[in-house]
Amino acid sequence: MNDPYEEEGAPGGVVKKFMYINRRAPYGTIYALEGLEVALVGAAFEQDVSMVFIDDGVFQLKKEQDTIETGMKNFSPTYRALEMYDVEKLYVEKESLEARGLSEDDLLVPVQVLEATALAELIDTQDVVLNF
Amino acid sequence: MLHTVNKSPFEKNSLASCLRLAKTGSVILLTEDAVYAAISGSEFSLKLEDVSTKFSIYVLEPDLKARGLGNKPLATGIQKTDYDGFVDLVCEQPVTQTWF
Repeated sequence: MNDPYEEEGAPGGVVKKFMYINRRAPYGTIYALEGLEVALVGAAFEQDVSMVFIDDGVFQLKKEQDTIETGMKNFSPTYRALEMYDVEKLYVEKESLEARGLSEDDLLVPVQVLEATALAELIDTQDVVLNF
Repeated sequence: MLHTVNKSPFEKNSLASCLRLAKTGSVILLTEDAVYAAISGSEFSLKLEDVSTKFSIYVLEPDLKARGLGNKPLATGIQKTDYDGFVDLVCEQPVTQTWF
C-alpha cells in the first residue's frame, strides 16, 4: 500500500493543504507564538500552508506593537517574514475585525479579508486543520 | 476598591463580571489582554463608555503599546496610566482584587 505519510516533506513527496487557525491574542498566552512556530514548521516541510486569523487572533497582526516597556519579546515582525517561507495565504475574518474596532489598515501584512461564510468554504477544502 | 482585570473581554467574562459586581465609585484598571476592551469602536468600548461615570477606569499604557494600540483612539472617559500609576492606585485603595 502507498503510505501517504512516508515521503511527506521529501522532494517530490506528498503536499497537503495545512491550515492554521489562530484564535488568541498575542501576549496573554503562549498560543499565538506556538501557532506561528508550528506554521513555520509546516512551511519548512514544503506543505501548502494557509493561516487564518479569527476572534482575538486578529490582534496578532496589529501593526505598531512595541513591547519594550513590558519586557516581552515582540514577535510580530515574524509575520512579515512568512512570505520568505512561501506562506502567502493569510486570511482574516471580517466579522472578527469589526467587533474589535479594527480595519484592514491596522494590520502589518497584506491579508485577504473574508466573511465567515467564505471562510467556512475555505476551511472545508483543507487536508489538515490545526487550531491555536 | 481597586479591581484589576487582565483577560480579553472577547474571550472571557472577567470584565463583564467585574462591571456587573463592582460598586459605584470603584476604580477599575485594565491590564494585559483586558486593554483590548478599550479600543474605540469595539463592542466593549461602548459598554465601558456606558459606565465611565460610575467608575474610574484606567488602562495600562505599556500593555496598550505592546499590543500595537499606543496610538489607537480609546473609549471616552478612560484614562491611561503607567507602572508608577498602577502602584499609586494600589496604594490609594484599601483593597485590590483581580478578575482573571
